[in-house]
Amino acid sequence: MQKTFWGYRRENGRVGVRNHVIILPVDDLANAACEAVAHNIKGTMAIPHPYGRLQFGADLDLHFRTLIGTGSNPNVAAVVVIGIEEQWTKKVVDGIAATGKPVVGFGIELHGDHDTIMRASKAAKVFLQEASEKHRVECPLSELWVSTKCGESDTTSGCGANPTVGDAFDKLYAAGCTLVFGETTELTGGEQIVAARCRNDQVRADFMRMFDRYQDLINRHKTSDLSDSQPTKGNIAGGLTTIEEKALGNIQKIGKKCVVDGVLDKGEVPGGPGLWFMDSSSAAAEMVTLCAASGYVVHFFPTGQGNVIGNPILPVIKISANPRTVRTMSEHIDVDTSGLLQREITMDEAGDKLLAMMFRTANGRLTSTEALGHREFVLTRLYESA
Amino acid sequence: MIHCVLHDPNDSVAVVVVEGVKAGMTLTGLILDENRTLNLPCVQDIPLGHKVALKDMAIGDTVIKYGIDIGKVVAPIACGQHAHVHNIKTKRW
Repeated sequence: MQKTFWGYRRENGRVGVRNHVIILPVDDLANAACEAVAHNIKGTMAIPHPYGRLQFGADLDLHFRTLIGTGSNPNVAAVVVIGIEEQWTKKVVDGIAATGKPVVGFGIELHGDHDTIMRASKAAKVFLQEASEKHRVECPLSELWVSTKCGESDTTSGCGANPTVGDAFDKLYAAGCTLVFGETTELTGGEQIVAARCRNDQVRADFMRMFDRYQDLINRHKTSDLSDSQPTKGNIAGGLTTIEEKALGNIQKIGKKCVVDGVLDKGEVPGGPGLWFMDSSSAAAEMVTLCAASGYVVHFFPTGQGNVIGNPILPVIKISANPRTVRTMSEHIDVDTSGLLQREITMDEAGDKLLAMMFRTANGRLTSTEALGHREFVLTRLYESA
Repeated sequence: MIHCVLHDPNDSVAVVVVEGVKAGMTLTGLILDENRTLNLPCVQDIPLGHKVALKDMAIGDTVIKYGIDIGKVVAPIACGQHAHVHNIKTKRW
């Protein structure tokens, strides 16, 4: 396996594999101005979303953590933040500024869209031109942060695509990389397997607390055995029957050797290398958005039936072992490991095939989701706004 | 050609991994953990990704895949039949 990749070293020492200048709305009301700025300054990217007003408590904390984390991600060179109000805008700007990267904010109130768009466009142009002069440098593999989450899973996920990720994770873990998995409810039926893989009793207790909390949430709100939601209709069409079966397939992503070194709350930044569990929804875009907010720079997304999800700042590498999906949805699949199911390749070879694509992607190759323009940015909400 | 795969030799179901599996065929199954094959009957058409039963199972029996409990039988299943949501349910939630 290669020992280095070519990335952008940021002001705080972290390494990114993309060089985005993003126009980040604090709230839904600022989406139009952000999109206008991105229209004016070609090569910048607006990341619109529907939230940010009248949130409070832990839900508001998560909102800020996700926005600040997204702006702080090393795949981002510089950030223009726009919000309806100065104060919450400044909070996001200050959070991102702690990384040392160029960031500036604009409040729309007392200025209007026109004046805000003009001033923000001038700042975005300067940031974009500065970013265009950044160069990739050779970095040790251990500085690569890789996340995983699967979607539109079917039974081939559990025997092909997910164990491919698991094999790659085992190799990246040994190389000292920082890794994460999550999808709390999709471990149901396999939670004891994850618990047994935890580093120590403290990590195990933290994991089980998060798992039990999510089970309580489901038991409180469910109106059925959830067989209309988990597995999803797509999962069932693909042959998955129960949540336990889906979970056992899901867990294949953490390989056979990785140890769960710690747990993270949603969008929290890991404190060191190793494999982390992040408490998270199993909805694809929510989970991948949280991985980006936690600072991960490359994502492995195994799929069975063919999920088309991408992310604005995180290159999402799609892996499938379903021979029909790689034929009918080939434009979405970066790594085809369907040969595993006919014994044409070994698991070791499948993992290496994914890692080869990971290095190419980290070095600059655009993923299928990037080429197709998939930029799903979905903020996790904990409860109603005030 | 491999028609279906088992994760563990003790599994009671196998996953069909090719299109066109029809009633009356004899299927070649690959046991992933042991990299060896076995033959099994198929008595119903089974789509790609769906499961074929490896033995007769009665209501209340536990279904085993990955060598682990994945749910309970809610309608009788005969060896070689299609095993899915019409005859297996979760034990959770």
